[in-house]
Amino acid sequence: MKVQVNGVWREVTSCDVASLLKELNYGDSVVATAVNGVFVATGSRSGAPVSDGDRLEVLAPMQGG
Amino acid sequence: MKVYRVDVQSRLLLGTAGYPSPAILSQAVQASRTDVVTVSLRRESSGDRAGQGFWSLVRDLKVRVLPNTAGCHSVKEAVTTAHMAREVFGTSWIKLEVIGEDDTLQPDVFGLVEAARILSAEGFQVFPYTTEDLIVAERLLEAGCEVLMPWGAPIGSGRGLNNLFGLKALRARFADVPLIVDAGIGVPSHAAQALEIGFDAVLINTAVARAVDPVQMAGAFALAVEAGRAAYLAGPVEPRDLAVPSTPLIGRAFLE
Repeated sequence: MKVQVNGVWREVTSCDVASLLKELNYGDSVVATAVNGVFVATGSRSGAPVSDGDRLEVLAPMQGG
Repeated sequence: MKVYRVDVQSRLLLGTAGYPSPAILSQAVQASRTDVVTVSLRRESSGDRAGQGFWSLVRDLKVRVLPNTAGCHSVKEAVTTAHMAREVFGTSWIKLEVIGEDDTLQPDVFGLVEAARILSAEGFQVFPYTTEDLIVAERLLEAGCEVLMPWGAPIGSGRGLNNLFGLKALRARFADVPLIVDAGIGVPSHAAQALEIGFDAVLINTAVARAVDPVQMAGAFALAVEAGRAAYLAGPVEPRDLAVPSTPLIGRAFLE
């Protein structure tokens, strides 16, 4: 299926956020996730479904003012 | 200064964006003697994992972090970003920005109040980036904010305190609320001025990060906030229209 990851369409197979992060090689990175604009907490990632056409945002600490 | 029952030693909060290198950012934070730096969240690529290196650098600085919701234009975006920031940074502090207009980056104060209410109810400790408007300030406090961060001038403009009268009115109206001038400060004298009129602190980013020598400028700002605060406590004289001789005239020789 196709999922938009940080604005880029990707062909993926994982059906939940936790496995999708693994598939995308995020490893043990400190990141926060949202699917279709809704925050998915770390503890809920395994049970958070990802379907064809969904938008996944993966955010990490960055410089800010 | 006490903010949300936390003792903050320095009256200078420092942004972490736009430095020539991570090493210079690190040295500037040390030179500024700040104990609070602002940070943000951005998309992370699994390839370079840039955010991980930055986060490790910030953790090594041993300062408190104040995550922002920079770039958010709606209540929903800002609230979701705050949730994500709380998880990543492990703090309930959030510098709440809801931008209303792109040329001036003026806050959308209506969205700001709404987002502040939602986040405060959820246990966030909200630092709202606002204007000097007294009524908006009142609404933000009613929403649960215990600190206000009015702009001095548009973000990154370096114009200093654009509306001195408005900022003084805000200080007078909310005597017991910690007030931090956020945005628009260009040089240390602007920061000193904010402290001289009774503001509790200033938040600086561009003025330090984009200086020719950010580390030296960070040190200059550290001195400025100290001087400004000391001057405020010392009680500055009121400006007058006419001259008053400072040297006593009594006992003056008659030499005509």
